[in-house]
Amino acid sequence: MNFLRKVLAIVQKDIAVELRTKEMLSSMFVFALLVIVIFNFAFELRVEDVRKVTPGVLWVTFTFAGMLGLNRSFVLEKDRGCLEGLLLCPVDRSAIYFGKMLGNFIFMTVVEAIILPIFSVLFNLSLFRPGLLLIVVLGTLGFAGVGTLFSAMAVHTRAREVMLPVLLFPVVVPAMIAAVKATGGILDGQIFSEMAHWLRLLVAFDVIFLAISFMTFDYVVEE
Amino acid sequence: MEMIEIRGLTKSFGSKVALQGINIDIAEGEFLTLVGPNGAGKTTLLRILATLTRPTGGSVRVAGFDLVGQGAEVRRHIGLASHQTLLYDDLSAEENLRFYGRMYEVAELEERITALLQRVGLEHRRHDLVRTFSRGMQQRLAIARALLHDPAILLLDEPYTGLDQQAAEVLREVLVALVGRSRTVLMTTHNLERGLELCHRAAILVNGRIVYQAGQGDLDVASFREVYSNHLHVSRFTFYGGVGR
Repeated sequence: MNFLRKVLAIVQKDIAVELRTKEMLSSMFVFALLVIVIFNFAFELRVEDVRKVTPGVLWVTFTFAGMLGLNRSFVLEKDRGCLEGLLLCPVDRSAIYFGKMLGNFIFMTVVEAIILPIFSVLFNLSLFRPGLLLIVVLGTLGFAGVGTLFSAMAVHTRAREVMLPVLLFPVVVPAMIAAVKATGGILDGQIFSEMAHWLRLLVAFDVIFLAISFMTFDYVVEE
Repeated sequence: MEMIEIRGLTKSFGSKVALQGINIDIAEGEFLTLVGPNGAGKTTLLRILATLTRPTGGSVRVAGFDLVGQGAEVRRHIGLASHQTLLYDDLSAEENLRFYGRMYEVAELEERITALLQRVGLEHRRHDLVRTFSRGMQQRLAIARALLHDPAILLLDEPYTGLDQQAAEVLREVLVALVGRSRTVLMTTHNLERGLELCHRAAILVNGRIVYQAGQGDLDVASFREVYSNHLHVSRFTFYGGVGR
């Protein structure tokens, strides 16, 4: 319970800071909006093409916007010296990881919840399907889970804004492929059993990388 | 009881050796001032004691707990005030202390926050964002943050740097109170007058080595300064490989 209370304290602190500054949410939202508008114009989409490109466009939008948020996540802590304040707290450092990861997950989910209806309108496609929401949650969890670990790693480097995507994208490729394929399956009206293997891959990715991050975070943040 | 026991502590950053076999014992209630030139290893030593940096070799026990194996227990017993305030600019003074209080599981947190804000003279600014505070006010709030969980050991890394007169006086009062309550204090400083004023023991750290220690009876500022200057001269002489080079 103590562990959970401290995780919750970090999440609430991050939300309080974000509600006051709106730095992460606004930059992620504006970037995501620009990406889908540009894609919309660039492809000059016709109705019959939409389902083929929608999953890829959707996840490119989510991952690139999420990258912006992840980059800011530890930079704000580091630049103000607050990362040391967190590391000084008498708590297993994995609690810091889970607190920051949950915060990132919440911010990404909020942006995705705003972007999805806009995406639906621009691409003239209904995306409000329970199966798709499950895939979005699983994909976002995996992305935030690995991204938070690499964000903590990259923040100690000089070229941290460049380092994070270089470290993160190769690792999240399996999760992104699974998310794109499963999203395509949902939009094509496939039954659950036809795309179950992609969902299993997403779940396995989330479980494995959350466990690895839990075990290695202490070493990543210590000098 | 020894609150800090350091045996053969070494720390290297690649080929650069920052600490070379440090041995120090600091008893419960003792106030040790550590002075030394820039780059001597003072901050590295404090960061190791605060579990922010792993030692390369040697053993360290803090409040009876092994520094490497029992980091969370060690952190429960220490408070750190450093150059950086470790405060969130976009939270108010009260919100900052409440967050850290929750992380340290401070009992009767609201009363403790009020008492500390009064003690550092910031009660009237408790709802204001930290970003609106002057440097001295932020440093006073940082002192309150370091004392929030009433730590048995206080680590102070050049705490007088950048303080205005009022903040320096608040810090002095806090240190006097801590000494009166038998708290253990390890302070690094360049300011010999401030450093020697309250301490029970002082030590000089040069090039990662403790080169001199003196107890309270031997501590007058003039003679300590002379010893300090001599050691600095010797260290420069050693560093440059001799006169004339």
